[in-house]
Amino acid sequence: MLIRIDTEKCTGCRNCINVCPFAAIIIKDEKAFITEACSLCGACIESCPERAIIDERERDAEKSKDFKGVWIFAEQSRGKIASVAFELLGVGKRLAQELNSELCAVLFGPSEEVEELIKWGADKVYYVNSQDYAALDDELYAKTLVSLIEQYKPEILLAGATAIGRSFIPRVAARLRVGLTADCTGLEIDKETGNLLQIRPAFGGNIMATIISPTSRPQIATVRPRVMKRGEYIADKRGEIINIPPLSVKKRVKILDRVEDTSFCKVNLQDAKVIVSGGRGLGSAEGFKMLWELASLLGGTVGASRAAVDEGWIPYSHQVGQTGKTVCPRLYIACGISGAVQHLVGMQSSEIIVAINKDPNAPIFNVATYGIVGDLKVIIPLMIKKLKEGAGQ
Amino acid sequence: MRIIVCVKQVPDVTEVRIDPKTNTLIREGVPSIMNPYDLHAIEAALQIREKVGGKVTTITMGPPQAEEVLREAISMGVDDAVLLTDRRFAGADTWATAYTLSRAASKIGFDLIICGKQAIDGDTAQVGPEMAEFLDIPHVSYVRKIENVSDAEIVIERLMDDCYEKIALTLPALITVVKELNIPRPPSIRGKMAAKKANIPRWNADDIEAEEDKIGLKGSPTMVKNIFAPPPRGERRMLEGSPEEQVDSLIRELRRLGCL
Ligand SMILES: Cc1cc2nc3c(=O)[nH]c(=O)nc-3n(C[C@H](O)[C@H](O)[C@H](O)COP(=O)(O)OP(=O)(O)OC[C@H]3O[C@@H](n4cnc5c(N)ncnc54)[C@H](O)[C@@H]3O)c2cc1C
Ligand SMILES: Nc1ncnc2c1ncn2[C@@H]1O[C@H](COP(=O)(O)O)[C@@H](O)[C@H]1O
Repeated sequence: MLIRIDTEKCTGCRNCINVCPFAAIIIKDEKAFITEACSLCGACIESCPERAIIDERERDAEKSKDFKGVWIFAEQSRGKIASVAFELLGVGKRLAQELNSELCAVLFGPSEEVEELIKWGADKVYYVNSQDYAALDDELYAKTLVSLIEQYKPEILLAGATAIGRSFIPRVAARLRVGLTADCTGLEIDKETGNLLQIRPAFGGNIMATIISPTSRPQIATVRPRVMKRGEYIADKRGEIINIPPLSVKKRVKILDRVEDTSFCKVNLQDAKVIVSGGRGLGSAEGFKMLWELASLLGGTVGASRAAVDEGWIPYSHQVGQTGKTVCPRLYIACGISGAVQHLVGMQSSEIIVAINKDPNAPIFNVATYGIVGDLKVIIPLMIKKLKEGAGQ
Repeated sequence: MRIIVCVKQVPDVTEVRIDPKTNTLIREGVPSIMNPYDLHAIEAALQIREKVGGKVTTITMGPPQAEEVLREAISMGVDDAVLLTDRRFAGADTWATAYTLSRAASKIGFDLIICGKQAIDGDTAQVGPEMAEFLDIPHVSYVRKIENVSDAEIVIERLMDDCYEKIALTLPALITVVKELNIPRPPSIRGKMAAKKANIPRWNADDIEAEEDKIGLKGSPTMVKNIFAPPPRGERRMLEGSPEEQVDSLIRELRRLGCL
């Protein structure tokens, strides 16, 4: 046990039992006793009037002093930098200011947009301008990032919780023997310890957790796209671009082909600002035509419930939910979706949720910002018509 | 072909809630299930075995009752299973879990390791790629199709955010799979019999020669500082009136919020 009770001092007052979020403290022989359910959160330590709870984890303060600076990994696809990279610069800037350190971006693969990273806030860009890095090669990306981290020792590293970030960043964390928190939706600096507080949903979004990596550096987190805000764009900002020579590693993975069928590209759900989603209530594949039209008027894309995917009305790549994608657009319009919990976990963090359902008791209304009880076959065409007419302008 | 499938027993997340009064997890009555993605990992392994022959071993790290998911795997047709269980493994984060699983994988021996894309309790999707790093083998995440398997190489399709890629990777290797890959088979009668009879070995930290400071809580660089209920959503508003009026109010609201 890394947190223990000093039984000499413990009076059995039960204060700690009341604050333990994991119900991990019990009374045994009239003294507090920490059970295996302990998650080392430390919530009990402060609560003890006798100071009888001892945290035996060494705070490796010396080690963390050598590490400075906030880094973000800027992923690109075909030279285009993903918008999550600019969001990371936004949150990275805030963290860097609080820590009084610099903000750097890492860019792998050739891109015309390097300067954009500086304009969106980076002080420096570590840039590997090599064709070998054009597409994700997990081992090459991981080895290169590990060697950069070992050389420059950043305190924090953020990457997008995307197919790329979630695939190769774990290798970096494994190699460096440091903590990695996936899919964060909030990041703060703990004023007292200087640790990065990494806030993320767990158990399908039913619970939020704050994760820390107190003894290892850098602290690494992947961050959900579209959750963080971009910072200020400064067109004449200056920064340094540091060219990093490519590594040559034995290639054990070869990309033979890349397929971008058009329906596929349109459904980059995680990036969409607006998603119009359809469920079984649409009644047919035809119904989705209506949704595509509405989505294009709103500048968005189309999602679906599993029921609609299982009916074969729309491909799996559109599925939102526990076994589909997790999305958090500005606006999510659920049409003919009942709101099963497996669907909700994939979309309930959307900023504004509109639900259209003919059943007033559909659970989707519990998470809706605006609810319309009605027949979608009436409501949606009406919306399309009014938007085309420029209603409400 | 020697294949290892990593499976995890998870609480059925749709049933997990937080007690608003005490801010603790409500654990009672939450059923445990096999992580849904891992069913697809098992199915993939069985299909490969049917094509090229070989042996499929399932492993899990967890408390003694995690044996249930191994029996479930056997009922689907895997050849054997190993349960990694030890009080010293408790409290592992993904780093320590991946370390522990990779020690076991080395001991068993493999050409291919298959994991689920992510476990639904934490949704981290980290254990697979981390194992690959510990084992110094290549990996590909989000595999949605397995095209070809030979002794030296496997050809797969990887699902990316904006496309998919066809990739050849040299064996030994690790892949993590998405649901789209296949439809897991139900247990067979014969499988169920085998599952009942199977003798599932239990390995502890010493059996896999794991270093003490790399397993369980001690080996975990991340820590849960606290947990809390998600903030409640703001007021919800039902839009009243005729369809026409409902749509008008909606458009007005969306304009007010700058969505249009
Ligand atoms: C392990 C597991 C994983 C799952 N993963 C997912 C997942 O990732 N994503 C997902 O979505 N689901 C998932 N599900 C399935 C989920 O439980 C639900 O079955 C599914 O979400 C239901 O889809 P639906 O709301 O479209 O259909 P239904 O539940 O059938 O609802 C249809 C709704 O449409 C309404 N309706 C019908 N006609 C009209 C009309 N003319 N106008 C207006 N409203 C109308 C009805 O009132 C009803 O509320 C999963 C289930 C399991 C067990
Ligand atoms: N304790 C465990 N035992 C066996 N396999 C696991 C365990 N934890 C995770 N895995 C495997 O790693 C995958 C991803 O899990 P995670 O990184 O926790 O989201 C799962 O689908 C499993 O295949």
